[in-house]
Amino acid sequence: MKTRLQQILEGNHFAVTAEIGPPKNADALIIEQKANMLKGFADAFNITDNQTAVVRLSSFSGSCILKQLQMEPIFQLACRDRNRLALQSEILGASALGIHNMLFVTGDHQSKGNHPHAKGVFDIDSIQLISIVKNLRDMHIFENTEPLKSHPPYVFIGAVENPFASSISLRVDRLEKKIRAGADFIQTQSVFNIHRFETWMDAVRDHGLDKRVHIIAGITPLKSVKMMERMKFHVPGVDIPDEIEKRIRDADNVESEALIITSELISQIKSMKGIHGVHITALFWEQKIPEIVQKAGLFPRP
Amino acid sequence: MIISEQKSFDELVEKIGDKSVFLFGCSECATLCHSGGKKELIHLEKKFLATHINVIGWAVLEPACSFTQNDKIFFQHAEAINSSDILLVFACGDGNQVISEIFPDKPIMSGTNTLFLGAKTSITSFQRRCNLCGTCIVDEFNGICPITRCPKQMLNGPCGGSENGNCEVYTNMPCIWEEIEKKARSVGNYEQIFLQIHPAHDWSNSHQLIKER
Repeated sequence: MKTRLQQILEGNHFAVTAEIGPPKNADALIIEQKANMLKGFADAFNITDNQTAVVRLSSFSGSCILKQLQMEPIFQLACRDRNRLALQSEILGASALGIHNMLFVTGDHQSKGNHPHAKGVFDIDSIQLISIVKNLRDMHIFENTEPLKSHPPYVFIGAVENPFASSISLRVDRLEKKIRAGADFIQTQSVFNIHRFETWMDAVRDHGLDKRVHIIAGITPLKSVKMMERMKFHVPGVDIPDEIEKRIRDADNVESEALIITSELISQIKSMKGIHGVHITALFWEQKIPEIVQKAGLFPRP
Repeated sequence: MIISEQKSFDELVEKIGDKSVFLFGCSECATLCHSGGKKELIHLEKKFLATHINVIGWAVLEPACSFTQNDKIFFQHAEAINSSDILLVFACGDGNQVISEIFPDKPIMSGTNTLFLGAKTSITSFQRRCNLCGTCIVDEFNGICPITRCPKQMLNGPCGGSENGNCEVYTNMPCIWEEIEKKARSVGNYEQIFLQIHPAHDWSNSHQLIKER
């Protein structure tokens, strides 16, 4: 029953997950092409759920496409677009189709996306959703306390954390709550500010949280000056230090500088105690993921 | 109080077209937040007349949300009200609907957008304080409501988007979780407020249509 990702993390291997951004259309081929390019270079693949509140092909369908290609998906679910009925129903449906890694997020606010006039649902928050999923899986009860009489879903429960949002003590206390609610693994916001990340990890270790959950650090190569600027100045919760900004701006070849920065970050993260893997998000640059994984000495996968 | 704001003047002018209007204001909330008090109606009448919109008359109801307290005002203005094409209401959504019911054969147009139940926090600003969800949980957060004051209604701590203590959506406002933390630390119940997992909220009272006393 255990997913491949779960086996790798529980076997104390250093995990690699990668993100596949679904298209803004109904073309399955785009996912298939990205998937074939990345097959074998990561243990599991996130399919995002209307990320940054922009409508895209659903995470559920994307996850199904990966299953057909014998690849392991991480199905994502955001609380912004669904209430507790829809969320529980999706979880049952995904598990029934053999999709068992799931990542639960509250979701970016709709006002930040491409349908800013939409009504956000936010019936429950991510911590409440995680605890509902744990109860479905382990106690076999729905949110309303009604029993689930047979075939409970099997879910390897994922959550996210942003070490760079304000107030480290609040962040760490919230991470502890997520773990208590039921998170099995955590994918973090992309790391650029390694010093702030280390400070956060120190607090995480002080609380013994790295022993209670598998922490996978986010990695994003900054493909261009424009992308760096967008992430530094417009994406909430991203912390790109001035030093990295300068290296990208001054580079003769931005793409190769971005890959050098990426491999430096991965090697620093790999040597950090309590980190159990990296999660690579290369927005519109997925073709570089195999190279990044190989250069980091993380290929072949176990 | 119920905070409302006037719709844009041009939008109203376009909607009114060549019809005549009678203006209603309200002596309570709409007066206090300057969207439909006496002063505003006098000003609006002048502006409408200057754009050749026929304002037959106006009255400030005391208040607009009452079915019983305005008979005298309606009587005084009966002729003007009857002869106008549209009743243009500068009051909250509740006031609009009460007036619509009192005048079953009159078209109603709202001159305001009703924003929230909130507090006056300075001479010029009002802040949202209550979403009227019907199941009050402010006591779980030392008297602060994260359902109302967090755009994502987070009940278990701040989302990952807050920066420098400010909200990701309203970047000039403090993240309400910073305020909850501050208050909990000064009250001395941070662990109880923050570390417990607050369960999914009960929304079952949020769609209640009637309350009998």
